[in-house]
Formats: sequence, C-alpha cells, structure tokens
Amino acid sequence: MDVFDKLGILADAAKYDVACTSSGVDRNTTAGGMGNAVAAGICHSFAADGRCISLLKVLMTNACVYDCQYCVNRRSNDTPRATFTPRELADLTIGFYRRNYIEGLFLSSGVLKNPDYTTEQLIEVLRLLREEYRFSGYIHVKAIPGADSGLLARLGLLADRMSVNIELPSENSLLLLAPDKSKQSIFAPMGYIKDRIHENTTDIVKYQHAPKFAPAGQSTQMIIGATPDTDFKILNLTESLYKRYSLKRVFFSAYMPVAKSSLLPALDTKPPLLREHRLYQADWLLRFYGFRASELLDEEHQNFNPFVDPKCNWAINHMELFPMDVNRVSYDDLLRVPGIGVTSAKRILTARRTGSLGFDGLKKLGVVLKRAQYFITCSGKARPGLNTTRSIVLQSLMSPKELGMYRIEAQPAQLSIFEQPLLTQEDLSLCLTGPM
Amino acid sequence: MPDRSDVIYQYDGSFDGLLCCVFESYDKKEIPADVLAPGQHQAMLFAVKNIVTDEQRAGRVLASIPTKMGGLALDFVRHAFLTCLPQKEIYILLFLRLGYQHGPCVMNMLADDVVSTLFKAVTHLKRESHLLKGFVRFSVVNNALTAEIEPKNCVLPLLMDHFCDRYPEESFLIHDKTHGMALIYQPHRHAIIPIDALQLPEPDEEELAFRQLWRLFYDTIAIEGRYNPKCRMSHMPKRYWKYMTEFGQPQELIPKLGDQVKRLSFNIL
Repeated sequence: MDVFDKLGILADAAKYDVACTSSGVDRNTTAGGMGNAVAAGICHSFAADGRCISLLKVLMTNACVYDCQYCVNRRSNDTPRATFTPRELADLTIGFYRRNYIEGLFLSSGVLKNPDYTTEQLIEVLRLLREEYRFSGYIHVKAIPGADSGLLARLGLLADRMSVNIELPSENSLLLLAPDKSKQSIFAPMGYIKDRIHENTTDIVKYQHAPKFAPAGQSTQMIIGATPDTDFKILNLTESLYKRYSLKRVFFSAYMPVAKSSLLPALDTKPPLLREHRLYQADWLLRFYGFRASELLDEEHQNFNPFVDPKCNWAINHMELFPMDVNRVSYDDLLRVPGIGVTSAKRILTARRTGSLGFDGLKKLGVVLKRAQYFITCSGKARPGLNTTRSIVLQSLMSPKELGMYRIEAQPAQLSIFEQPLLTQEDLSLCLTGPM
Repeated sequence: MPDRSDVIYQYDGSFDGLLCCVFESYDKKEIPADVLAPGQHQAMLFAVKNIVTDEQRAGRVLASIPTKMGGLALDFVRHAFLTCLPQKEIYILLFLRLGYQHGPCVMNMLADDVVSTLFKAVTHLKRESHLLKGFVRFSVVNNALTAEIEPKNCVLPLLMDHFCDRYPEESFLIHDKTHGMALIYQPHRHAIIPIDALQLPEPDEEELAFRQLWRLFYDTIAIEGRYNPKCRMSHMPKRYWKYMTEFGQPQELIPKLGDQVKRLSFNIL
C-alpha cells in the first residue's frame, strides 16, 4: 500500500474529529528550520461542508482494538485498514507545509496493540518533525486514554495542543456505547495535562528557556445527538470543563449515523446541525460574553429554543434590564445586548470617548440595529418610530431562515405571502421556551 | 477648516506624493475636491493642479504625523494607502486634517464619516491579507517556491514578514498580478519589486504528486452529510479559488502519470 492509498483511508477515518484550529501560540522559526505559529490561527482552505481546513488531519492508524459503537474505526466494522510509518507522515507534513497547504499537523490514532505502543508511534512522528526537520509549525495531538503518564509528558513537550476526547456527555452513555473507555480513563489524562501545563507556566517564570508543555492548551470534543443527554446537561459539563480543567475549547459534533446499532439513532437520522449550532452559540456566550450556563438553561428549560439564538432568548426573558443606554453602561452590560458583539462593544467604548453616540454612529460601528434597537437608548432617547409590539420584536430577532422555520413548524395555518403572521400569546411562550 | 474648493490635485501615485498634497492643502489653505493618481481622470470639470513630489516637504509632513496624532495614526495611514478604496487619497488627506485638528483621539472617532470609511477599508485590507496567509499556494520547482495571487488590495507588504519568517531557508516568489508586483525572498534577503509578466516553470512529477495528494485530502476530509457550499463560499469567496491547488485544472491529472505518482517515494527533503 502506498502513501496515496494510506492518505485516502486515514484522512477519511479522521474527518469526524472536529477541532481543526491552529490558534493559541505565537512562535518564530528555529534557526535553520521551517515554520512558525500565529496565535490567531490561520485557515488554509474550507472543505465542501464549510469547515475550516487548517491542519493535515489524519490518523496514524485506523486499526483499533476498541469497539466503540458510534465510531467508524471500531474493531467490528468491516473497513480497509492502514497505518502510516512515522517517516511517511513526517515527509507528507513537510511537503504540504512547504507549499502552504497547511498550518501543521493534527494527529490522532486508533489504538494499535495498546495505548502505550500507539503513543510511542505518535511521539516518533513528532520527534522527526521537531528534531530532524526543525519544524516549528503547529502540531495538535490526541492523547490516547490509558497511556502511561511518562509518555504523555514526552508527547506534550513536542506538541502545541493536546486533546482527549470526552466522546459522550455522560458516564451512562459512555458505558453503553464505548464499553472499553471509562470516565476515569478520559479524565485522568485530561487532569494530568492540565497539571503539567500549570506546572510548566511556573517553570517558565523561573527558567526562561524551560521547554513548553502544550503551549496552546488542551481541548476536547463530544458527540451531540447519539444519546438522550439534554442541552442543559451538555452546557453544564462544558462550563465545568472550562473551569476545572482550564480547557481552551470544547467542540461539539452532531452525530453522523455511521453504524447500525440498536443502541444508536437509526441510520437515516439527520445530524442535529441546528442543535450543534445553538450549543456553539452558547459556548461563545460562556467564553467571551460573561454568561453562566445557569443563565441560559435551567431544570425547566433543558433544551435551547430552535427559533431564537440563546442570547436573544435570554434578553427577551429579562426585559426588566433593558433598555440600556449605550453612552453610559459598562462593557459587560453592552455585551448582553442582542446585536452587539465583542468587536462592536469595544468600538463603542472607544468611540464614545470622543463624543456621545447616536443611532447613525452605532450603525457605522457595526452594531446590528435590527436587533439592538429594542434594547438600547442613545443618551436617553429610543430610536424614533420604534415599534415595540412583542410580535414585531420577536420577528426582528429571528434570521430569515429561523423565521421561515418558525412559520412552517409553529403556524402551518398562516403560510400566506400576503399576511404577516400574527403571534398569539401562546405562540410567543412556545417560541420563548422551545418545544421540549 | 476651509471649505472644499473646486480645485483637483494630481499627484505621482507615491506615498510621498500624497504627503505633498497634504502640504499643499495647508500651504494654500484649501481642501481639494479630489486627489487623482496618474491615469485617473476627473469626472468634474474643475481645474487640475499638478503637485510635484518634493522630498523635503514630504519629510516634514511625515515627521509631523507621529508627533501630532501618534504612531498608530501613521501606521493607519500607511495601511490606508495600500487599500483598494476608491478615492482613498482624498479620504487620507481629510483624515490627516482631522488628526492635526483633534490630535491622537482622531483614531477614536469611529463614528465620523471619513474615519469610519478609512477604517472599513483598512479592515478589508487586513482581512484579505489574513485570508491570503492561508490561501497562497506555492509550487515547488527546482527547489524554488512560486505563487500567484490576484488580491483587491495591495497586500504584499503585509504578507512579507509572515512568509519570510515561515520559510527562512527557502527561496520564494509571490506574484501579485493585480498590482504588477512581486515579493521575492532568498535566504535572509527580501524585496518587493514591480514586475509585468512572469512565466512560471512547468511543474515536475514530484510537484504534480503533491498536488494530487492535496486534492485527495481536500476531497476526503469533507463530510457528505454536512455538505454546505454556501458556508464554504462565505468563508472562502470564489475569486480566491483560481490559484488554489485544490480546485486545479483536471488536465493536470494526466491518467498515465497516475501510477508513477503513486509509486513516487518521498525522498525530497
């Protein structure tokens, strides 16, 4: 089998891994070598599914001794198997990197023989790249659950980012679908990596040239929609991962039916892409907007509203806090306004130092007035001619796509081009809480 | 501030030349209706004044910018000069006049028409140069890296540091076909030079093999069940596709080469 065939098999087997970011670390080239890393990350292409391609995302091998039900590479699946030699993979990475196809390598693997042996193979690829080719580009490597911590330590000193896949959002789901993995086997390496990163940052203070351990931090991912876990549960888990394990990112992947199993959704189930999208929106609110998970969902509302994004949903349910005056309120408060994001909030702060802002000025700063207008005043004045009928407000908060979906799902009787749909009080409450 | 007069400046297209227009505007206490680069023609029937580039005058204006409105404003103006904004010259002139009037806080006046127009143009430039850091595709022939781009803005100065740092031991060339310029690098020396036409060498077998491997990877990595061409297009507008290997011409994939390509070993490095 040649490299061409191997790449076909091992890229195909890796494509369900979500993370393809190359962010979080700034580094210049080492002398006589090649490559640098940019903290913002660089996308090199976008695949036909719209996802960014930044790294050469492949498996070392898809021959796996485990039998996880949801995974294409499970032992019991009848699929062609291939394994890269470390040299082949290092050469391929350098050949792609030189042509500016990629930002670096994303290396994961099925479990070949046992976790320790697999990890040794991964280390060898990274060692070739870093030491022989003096490659300073980005490397993201998966920690194999169950591997020896000494091996993990060596891996972490060669990589920029490490990740351990949490796979499923609860222990019960894990028990059911991934019998070879346990909560313990996943959280142990995650905790170890976190401790090493923390230790390392204090080392660097002491010794300037201490080698860096996974300087771009660690991330994880979980599958959405393969099990009955609710958004509430997933978001709380996400929040605690950020807090307790200092993760840089938590990724969600809508479950693509790849296997026929009585334990899994049917093969013709569509991937829950909208749900995944809502979870990412909420994830952004946690990381950049100062929201807590408990503000977005609670015991009574376990799932996100499909029609309105989580921030708008929160705002409509907290109208007592609005309107806010853009010329007075703090940055944290500005971030709570629908239609104002991180960039425009910062611009508002800058611009209002030179004079008070009106609605025209806000538009120039990039504020989405269509949404924001209902929640703000400029120097005490609301936007002239503003219609604050709740149904109108609600419609403005939905994107055309969401509105179309809402009209079809929630109001089948009113599919007329000429009639504006009138929202009744019941519709409104349905829309605000979402179908359970 | 004097009113906009009905005179139009014509300058030589250089940054220094534009600074001399600023000098002239203060010297004559007038604000031109427009500032034209060579080859541009005025749409209005105003008198055209030819502004001669004078190093000393340009130097005086250049030195005044950081002291009057801060180094950030100078960087900003230099970037603005690289954008594809129509009438960028007159906007830069008006921006500098605002800066002399208000000082460093001109950079905060984001709700002002002139400032916000220039900010948008500079954001466009920076966004395009960031995208191209990823979308540039090199071909390796005779151990030299060559690439072509057709950007809207003049991005080469912004790409220079990035690529020089990335490939310090390589020789490479990036040809900007829109502006007729090229960034040329040989170990530890770089230059941006004007260039008209350039015939790139034919790809060799190894180059073709890597292109084919990349296309295979590109096609394999997409998940069919999530096909979303609109999303792809919004992140990667079609005008960039022309020079990207993954959308290359099928005639490159000559069938008879296929077997050789597959057998090719990776002993290049």
